[in-house]
Amino acid sequence: MLRDLLGLVINLDLLDRYGWRFLDGVVVTAQLVTISFILGGVLGLLLGLARLSENLALRWFSGAYIYFFRGSPLLAQLFLLYYGLGSLRGFWTDVGLWWFFREAWYCALLAFTLNTAAYQAEIFRGGIQAVPRGQREAAAALGMHNAIIFAKVVFPQAMIVALRPLGNELILMVKASAIASLVTIYDLMGVTKLAFSRSYNFELYLWAAVLYLIIVECIRRLWAVLERRLTRHLKMGESQPVQAGWLSRMTKSALKPNA
Amino acid sequence: MQDILSLLSFSDGGWGTALAAGTLVTLSLALTTLPVGLFLGLGVALMARSNSPRLRAIATVFTTIFRGLPELLTLLIVYYGGQILIQRLMAAMGFEAQIQINAFLAGVIAFGLVLAAFSSEVWVGALNTIARGQYEAASALGLTKWLSFRLVVFPQLMRAALPGLSNNWLTLLKDTSLISTISLVDIMRQTNLAVGATKQPMVFYLTACFLYLILSAGSGFAFAFLERRANRGHVRG
Repeated sequence: MLRDLLGLVINLDLLDRYGWRFLDGVVVTAQLVTISFILGGVLGLLLGLARLSENLALRWFSGAYIYFFRGSPLLAQLFLLYYGLGSLRGFWTDVGLWWFFREAWYCALLAFTLNTAAYQAEIFRGGIQAVPRGQREAAAALGMHNAIIFAKVVFPQAMIVALRPLGNELILMVKASAIASLVTIYDLMGVTKLAFSRSYNFELYLWAAVLYLIIVECIRRLWAVLERRLTRHLKMGESQPVQAGWLSRMTKSALKPNA
Repeated sequence: MQDILSLLSFSDGGWGTALAAGTLVTLSLALTTLPVGLFLGLGVALMARSNSPRLRAIATVFTTIFRGLPELLTLLIVYYGGQILIQRLMAAMGFEAQIQINAFLAGVIAFGLVLAAFSSEVWVGALNTIARGQYEAASALGLTKWLSFRLVVFPQLMRAALPGLSNNWLTLLKDTSLISTISLVDIMRQTNLAVGATKQPMVFYLTACFLYLILSAGSGFAFAFLERRANRGHVRG
């Protein structure tokens, strides 16, 4: 029954042959993006702090790093890491890192991490700069340590400003991760190209398009939830009716008898 | 060091000329795409602000799709999908032929669509900064709709839109590197060829990165100039 309905929209024969592969592709894309986004976030926060530090060398280094990675295409950076650093086999064997640069997967992870770190550094810098000076001074007047001031006062407020651009960056990462398919990684894009080269059925590209749009939409929804949670203390004054989440609203309207 | 310099030189056996030609291809692709994407984007922005719910829905669907799809996928869909579409059309009209879409054209269409989706957001924001009174004053002066757009709205629009559009342009410039995957010989493709011939990936991919950096830096200067020009009638405060 469900299959017949599905058959109206998509080619069932193709689905049987490539359906599971596409799901694997989605998983690979998700892993690639999640890992590099989180690692890139840690590195980006450090770079953002370096950009704001009083040390001239740190400021200069982070500035040059950010300029390089934001000014050149991710594709060129990926090839530079995979083919460029990968060509120095002797050197990597000597330092015992050849297992890392031999694998396209690690190279892609590294390239995406370094790239997104540059973008996230700018986001964190903007967020930290947006926290009013008085907040820091008040915390210092309370006798807090610098580290505690940052962790308890500055960072949470910076995150409110940074959250939305971070969501945009995550979506950009999902899209950019399609490039990984060019260095033999079977992410969603890689799986699509493989299946297309075997079947010459253009419908496969449309599947990929729909799957990417679904991933992006999920992130947008997730981010809306996160944003509501992070800013919940700001809405105290206004008496707002409690809004059910989108999931419970959808299930409710789906379960309603005559909706 | 000597070897590396001779690899990049413009003389015999050097790849300088080839890389310069690739840079020209990258630039001309981006510069051809720019007006296409910007005008389409302005159109989408006007649709997003129109009173008709149908036009607004079209604008939303358009931006959701082309902002959500990976640029590489959009490019391949336009490239292969366009070929299949044209072949079907030709077959329906009775011609049987293998047709190759020009990679440059596919690039202009695909990147134009992406640029339109992203720039439409910038245009909408800029249009929102223009006060209603400006339109009313223009029509009180007896200006036609077109004239009031050209003389009153547009100069103010550019002032508000330029910073956003300069970001769009830089993204476009970097995205054009994807065209190398459908074998148009831009910077990236030329670099791949050079690496294949010389087995010096470090040198050439670094060079490619720096070529893009130079293009970005040049665009930075151009946009700074444009912004100064757009702001010349504006008094701060």
